[in-house]
Amino acid sequence: MPELPSITPELQIECEQPQPVVATHATKIESRHLDFFYGDNQALFDVSLAVPERSVTALIGPSGCGKSTFLRTLNRMNDIIEGTRHAGEVLLEGRDVYGKKVDVVALRKRVGMVFQKSTPFPKSIYENVAYGPRIHGVKDRKKLDEIVEKSLHRAALWKEVSHRLKDSAMALSGGQQQRLCIARALATDPEVLLMDEPASALDPASTARIEELIFELKEKYTIVIVTHNMQQASRVSDYTAFFYEGKLIERGGTEELFRTPEKQQTQDYITGRFG
Amino acid sequence: MSKLDHSSPSDLFQSGKKETRLFAYLCAAATWSSAAILVILLSAVAFKSWGWFDWQFLTSYDSRRPEKAGVFAGLIGTFWMISFTILFSVPIGVGAAIYLEEYAKDNWLSRLIRVNLSNLAGVPSIVYGILGVTLFVRMFGVFGEGGHLDSFIGWKVEELNFWGISISLPLGEVVLAGAMTMTLLVLPVIIIASQEALRGVPPSIRHASLALGASKWQTIRHQVLPAAIPGIMTGVILSISRAIGETAPLICLGIAAYVPFAPGGIDSPSALIEHPEGMLQAPFDYFTVIPIQIYNWALDHREAYKGLAAAGIAVLLLMLLFLNGIAITIRNYSNRHIRW
Ligand SMILES: Nc1ncnc2c1ncn2[C@@H]1O[C@H](COP(=O)(O)OP(=O)(O)O)[C@@H](O)[C@H]1O
Ligand SMILES: [Mg+2]
Repeated sequence: MPELPSITPELQIECEQPQPVVATHATKIESRHLDFFYGDNQALFDVSLAVPERSVTALIGPSGCGKSTFLRTLNRMNDIIEGTRHAGEVLLEGRDVYGKKVDVVALRKRVGMVFQKSTPFPKSIYENVAYGPRIHGVKDRKKLDEIVEKSLHRAALWKEVSHRLKDSAMALSGGQQQRLCIARALATDPEVLLMDEPASALDPASTARIEELIFELKEKYTIVIVTHNMQQASRVSDYTAFFYEGKLIERGGTEELFRTPEKQQTQDYITGRFG
Repeated sequence: MSKLDHSSPSDLFQSGKKETRLFAYLCAAATWSSAAILVILLSAVAFKSWGWFDWQFLTSYDSRRPEKAGVFAGLIGTFWMISFTILFSVPIGVGAAIYLEEYAKDNWLSRLIRVNLSNLAGVPSIVYGILGVTLFVRMFGVFGEGGHLDSFIGWKVEELNFWGISISLPLGEVVLAGAMTMTLLVLPVIIIASQEALRGVPPSIRHASLALGASKWQTIRHQVLPAAIPGIMTGVILSISRAIGETAPLICLGIAAYVPFAPGGIDSPSALIEHPEGMLQAPFDYFTVIPIQIYNWALDHREAYKGLAAAGIAVLLLMLLFLNGIAITIRNYSNRHIRW
């Protein structure tokens, strides 16, 4: 790709509505003029979006607008779907993740992911969390114990499971399973955490726990979260990006975007006039 | 389980229409008659084998005198043959299933293989016997006196010797030939069962593993395969228990019924210590299996041999019952412990 005028539209929004957080947060991961295709079906159109580090960016928009697709380009999980291709770039700290020399394994270690449906492995709680570090070469038992404990602490699950690490993960409740999946993702010590509707299948209490957790995690991690729940977006995120029919319509500080959206489509969506 | 299992048949019979009732009666009759046949069969076996099925029967070679005859050679032979069958068929079968399910692109070749696997699983076992004769027992007539090598270049190789292990060429009706034939027989079933087990592992498990930075092979090795193992094991055990009872292909191979020795001379635990090299010789030794012994006894019209045949059948049935018990235990275990 030749030199491109970078993310000017977004920067403009930030400049017009300056927000203290924006200035202090450098860009961690961003897409530039990203198109994405499933076979002949184009799912993303020229998406340029910068995600500032140590903050939460929420992706909102009606179902099928490409939020998950966009999220999956950030750690190249789309690679495993046959017949997909992209154009444009995704830069992690300035380096194209789709570059020729990029090791997908290393990329996914740095950019972790939590799915909508919690997917614990049918193994013990301990083995679930230890799996990531293990495949990345950690063999020392003490070190693994340490990582497991730390990750479970970070995912606010340690207290509930510390006495039964050897029990099957399948026996945990839905909310606990999802936090286990977060712990599992944290165990590889990622820099970015992608979450695709992580609380949509959970009860309100578990959802609140996950939201609290996201709030704590942004101290250390850069988080991109897909949500169909506007209250959730406004509660947990610093920035919000609104997608519609594969296009990024608007992106800005969450408060401004919800209070004074620039685009009519955004306005219509957040006021519930279409969905 | 569904309510149906607990409701008594009479609930069904009361339900409205005439046809429904008739159908229910027919189904019940089918169920009960097959159960009845099984009971009759088992009691006939028990009755006829009475007095024959004892310790002496299990520990004796076959004999011209019925009261001294036993199934020992068949037991040992079946053990050797089935061990090698498992050794060959499980790695090849599971490997093929992994390739077909996880790696093979969907093209004409892989589709052809998939379709023909089901065809192969339905091929009558005797056909495998004929294949086994040509491939393993006679080895296309390449070796031995008057073989192709002999007639073309005068090379009359009949035997190989390695460290005291003698391997005849062609192999002849030895353990290895039987095991390889059985491997061909069970492979399609094992591959299909393993494919189904692999397919049963939800894609979300694979995605979760890949998203953690695991490679495709790591994902298969550490997540997909362990989750599929109960299904694979069940398929393996069921196909192996079929192989244990197979007679036709082995008759085709020409397996002898009367074998008064154990392969490699390993007839007791102490033999293992006295001449352990027998373990290496065993695959290349002649052998017999339980169903062949049963078949041979059953051919004899004298009353005593009927008792021997029944006792042999009892041994075979107990082995199959044991194996199916393991398969059911595994299935129950995984039903309880693996939920997606
Ligand atoms: N695996 C896939 N194969 C083909 N098309 C897909 C696939 N996943 C998503 N799509 C298509 O891409 C578009 C965007 O989908 P998605 O990113 O899942 O939307 P969202 O997460 O916003 O609901 C939709 O039109 C959908 O049909
Ligand atoms: Mg989605």
